[in-house]
Amino acid sequence: MIAYVLRRLIQSMLVMLTVAFVAFSLFSFVGDPVANMAGEDASQRDRDQLRRDLGLADPFPLRFVRFVGGVLQGEFGFSYRNLQPVARLIVDRLPATVELAVSATALALLVGVPMGVYCGLNRSSALAQAIQAVSLVGISLPTFVTGILLILTFSVGLGWLPPFGRGDTVRIGWWQTGLLSVSGIKSLLLPSVTLAMFQMALVMRLVRSEMMEVLRKDFIKFARARGLTSRAVNFGHALRNTLVPVITITGLQFGSAVAFAIVTETVFQWPGLGLLFVQAVAYVDIPVMATYLVLISFFFVVINLVVDLLYYAIDPRLRDGGPGGTGKGR
Amino acid sequence: MSALAAVRARVAAAWASDIAWSFRQSRVTMAAALVTLLLVGGAVLAPWIAPTDPFDPAQVDLMNAEIPPLWSAEGDARFVLGTDVQGRDMLSAILYGGRISIAVGAAAVAFAMLLGVTLGLVSGYLGGRVDAAIMRIADVQLSFPSILVALLVHGILRGLLPASSREALSVYVLIIAIGLADWVQFARTVRSRTLVERDREYVQAARIIGRGPAAIMRAHILPNVMSPVLVIACISLATAILTEASLSFLGVGVPATQPSLGTLIRIGNNYLFSGQWWMTVFPSITLAVLVLAVNILGDWLRDALNPLLR
Amino acid sequence: MTFLRRAVGAIAVAVSLWAAAPAEAQAPTRTFRWAWQGDIASMDPYARRETFTLAFLNHVYEGLVRYNERLEIEPALAVSWEIVEPTRWRFRLRQGVRFHNGAPFTADDVVFSYERAAAPNAIFRGNISPVRGVEKVDDHTVDLLLYDPNPILLRGLTDWGIMNRAWAVANGADRPVEPTRGHDSYAALNANGTGPFMLRSREVDVRTVLVRNPNWWDRPQHNIDEVVFRPIGSAATRVAAMLAGELELMFPVPLQDIARLQAAPRIRILQEPELRVIFFAFDVTRDELPDSNVRGRNPLKDLRVRQAIYHAIDIEAIRRVVMRGASVPVGTLMAREINGYDASFDRRLPYDQAAARRLLGEAGFPQGFEIGLDCPNDRYVNDEQICAAVVGMLARVGIRVNLSAVPGSQWIAKLNARQSSFYMLGWAGLPVVDAHHFLSNLYMTPDGRFGGNNYGGYSSARVDELTRAIGSELNQQRRQQMITEAFQIVQNDVATVPLHRQPLAWAVREGVRAPQAADNVLRIWTVRMD
Repeated sequence: MIAYVLRRLIQSMLVMLTVAFVAFSLFSFVGDPVANMAGEDASQRDRDQLRRDLGLADPFPLRFVRFVGGVLQGEFGFSYRNLQPVARLIVDRLPATVELAVSATALALLVGVPMGVYCGLNRSSALAQAIQAVSLVGISLPTFVTGILLILTFSVGLGWLPPFGRGDTVRIGWWQTGLLSVSGIKSLLLPSVTLAMFQMALVMRLVRSEMMEVLRKDFIKFARARGLTSRAVNFGHALRNTLVPVITITGLQFGSAVAFAIVTETVFQWPGLGLLFVQAVAYVDIPVMATYLVLISFFFVVINLVVDLLYYAIDPRLRDGGPGGTGKGR
Repeated sequence: MSALAAVRARVAAAWASDIAWSFRQSRVTMAAALVTLLLVGGAVLAPWIAPTDPFDPAQVDLMNAEIPPLWSAEGDARFVLGTDVQGRDMLSAILYGGRISIAVGAAAVAFAMLLGVTLGLVSGYLGGRVDAAIMRIADVQLSFPSILVALLVHGILRGLLPASSREALSVYVLIIAIGLADWVQFARTVRSRTLVERDREYVQAARIIGRGPAAIMRAHILPNVMSPVLVIACISLATAILTEASLSFLGVGVPATQPSLGTLIRIGNNYLFSGQWWMTVFPSITLAVLVLAVNILGDWLRDALNPLLR
Repeated sequence: MTFLRRAVGAIAVAVSLWAAAPAEAQAPTRTFRWAWQGDIASMDPYARRETFTLAFLNHVYEGLVRYNERLEIEPALAVSWEIVEPTRWRFRLRQGVRFHNGAPFTADDVVFSYERAAAPNAIFRGNISPVRGVEKVDDHTVDLLLYDPNPILLRGLTDWGIMNRAWAVANGADRPVEPTRGHDSYAALNANGTGPFMLRSREVDVRTVLVRNPNWWDRPQHNIDEVVFRPIGSAATRVAAMLAGELELMFPVPLQDIARLQAAPRIRILQEPELRVIFFAFDVTRDELPDSNVRGRNPLKDLRVRQAIYHAIDIEAIRRVVMRGASVPVGTLMAREINGYDASFDRRLPYDQAAARRLLGEAGFPQGFEIGLDCPNDRYVNDEQICAAVVGMLARVGIRVNLSAVPGSQWIAKLNARQSSFYMLGWAGLPVVDAHHFLSNLYMTPDGRFGGNNYGGYSSARVDELTRAIGSELNQQRRQQMITEAFQIVQNDVATVPLHRQPLAWAVREGVRAPQAADNVLRIWTVRMD
């Protein structure tokens, strides 16, 4: 167990170093931060001076080593765009993205899992077919189209919900939450529905096929043969055995919710990490971009580690073979 | 004559097969197949059937900008679905845009399939360190959402190209970026199937008569792992088309002078409030219908090829 | 018991205070909520030279002089000035002015502000580069020492906000923000100026709140109590927020949404041509262009080819369709409001496809040629659409253009690296609003100090010579003659192809009076609302 966790940790470190390298090498190409910072009428001499000041004139390996060195000491540098320490910017934006991603994932699971179970059990009922069809539409509509349509309907047309931003936030320690004010909750609705739409359809379809698979297994047949009620069979045996994939889904869904938040946050001007990243790309804010990617990879590495450990706890079969992430990847 | 008869017999046999049976059973699937065929046909034949070539600046007249669809009051018979801000015919733009979306999606999936199947076969057949290395990479990549991987790969590839050829090669860059984000599923599936097939008698027999690993993988194992690969390919196609659209929406896709459906939607979105709804609604519908049809086909193929589900 | 009584008493007092507080606040608070497409870079007035940030900070920090909405200089923290010697200007400072924290404003603050703004790492220092030093004469008089005589000094001083020395020193903010050396300045998030508004709170990229300065030295024209600024990047979202009644004012308004917003109840559109002129320029230094099919020669070096491109552009069509009738076509890069403008060189070459084809034939390209064009897609009003339209127009005379329309940061990087053959650019001449700014940045031979935005390398010895003279000539008439001559030369050389002044459009809620100036700057101290 300990050896396993240790191995995974080392592996995770390597992943993050790779991501840092990839991310950092990207930035030699995305544009020129100096032109944005120095002002459009700066002389060539001033621009060159600033480039030297920023260390952009140094050779690539030196810059990379400096960046990694900084990260290891918890120093992420300063944003070029708004001159704030990157760590502070990230901490300020993290709650917005986490609240958005958590509520979207929760929504996706709360709606997706029951619908999936229903469709798995009643494969040929009209309702199941209808849900199935709607879910297909759900995964076929791009997030940005959904978002704009929702704004058009609920903000501009009906005037019920705010079209952008987070509403009023309340500070609890360093965490700025939008969940404690009416305007905060109202602001959260449209973006989280937008973000959840795709996930919901995906969850529903995965649970459905998982359910169908399990229902064909021998132990279910035995359970039925033993005369257990179908309720007991379905929920006691079948659903419990679909739990492993559902946990994976939750982990992966949460991850992809964070990633797809890039698009949703752009549409709704949601002040989270995704928007920060998009703004940083537009401004060539190298320290913010690099930190975002390293942080996100850290995030994913942790999620995966947790998911694997949960597997380990839930599914005894995995303990003998040694878990290597098998069973994931749907 | 006999050749024709033979073809006819083969078609009849195919029509009577299990797969065709399940196909004929589902009206939805048949409708989806028809829609896919129409959209793909339209895309392939765009240069011949589109009223104008929207990518040729000399054919576009600014004076025709923002004409609404035919059936509205100010419609123009030349432009059935209206025109965009540049005066491009929307119908033509959608046909050509669909062409790019489908081409990028299909090429990306083909690339992902080639890479994934090869690595999966090698990984499953050879095992050991090679297997461990490939699967570790797959694990890591799988934990990243494909759009993020595509975004990263796209950035790096663009950066590696000289500034003057970036625009010309941007479609290929996109294909590789989406393909690289998508190979893992193929590799994992093929590997697990290969692990099963590897120890079968016919493979052992082939090994005994001295065939090399490459030949065994190609001639014996590959045909037996292809059916799940096809299913994944079909579902991946839908995802790849959507990923392309999302990348184009974020502004890192194909250039706006040769717009894909995603780019058309991104541009059209700017005109949604001002009443030129047709610029975004038609491409959005086309994209959604295309992805939907491909998804339905993928669903059907998965159920049809999985004997357990029948 | 006494303790209990005291406690009860305290609670009663607290409750009555709490009850009284809303009654006091019942005088209506006029909150002015507005949005722009990005956030300000910092509260530190010397951290950037970007027009929007400096204009915003102008509400909090004031300069010695300021622009009014007609872009005329008027006194601000200085009441009067005189030229003692050509390189020594004497400013008499306003007396009785106090900073927001109550500290009095004196000559020491001006001297300190110069030292801080001219520090080697202050990006702002380019704006006060003509100034060599500041000397205190007495508590309310300073001398500005210049390198050279400078006819446009006052214009350059308008956005140099004066900081309080004692406050900056006490808070360790006596040096400007240094992003590279990890110096996280107090002044980046806090402010203490003399301006009409005081900073209440700032959440980076989310909202910045200002409140009225009750002790402002000037008689306020505005009646605003509180200003809430929110950056909204997505244009569609900005429009939606305006329509949903969440804002009093927002800009820029996308041209296509003007009609929709105008049709909405209680929203008006303010529209005026901006100072910024959009134009094209060429690489005239390379012997062979990397993105052209012409080998062994650079077609753009040929005056006739540049003239042909000019003739091929149907500026009326661009105005009517792409710009929805809102742009003003021009024949020179200088808007009418710019100091040094003269109608004699504001003339366009006519739109004439036949002439374009003939000129191309004479230049040896009867079949035209292929070339790349670099445009931003997020910098100027409808930039990408303008370029796409021009691609179509040039195609009709045989020039096949490969358009690269990319985000501004990539586009400017390519221009800065001198890798573009043919590019779009926009220029407003801010902050000095003078001809010299155009000549020295866009037309002088690039040499590290001048010609910093002359990315195509246009070079004329006479223009260089004239520009240098214009920079220090104090006689207005002689200066104007030289400006006219220089602009006629670049005009005849077709060094640039001007298109139009781009429109600036603001959306305001009914009942809000917001004077609009051609520099696209919102001056909230002139705004009134019901």
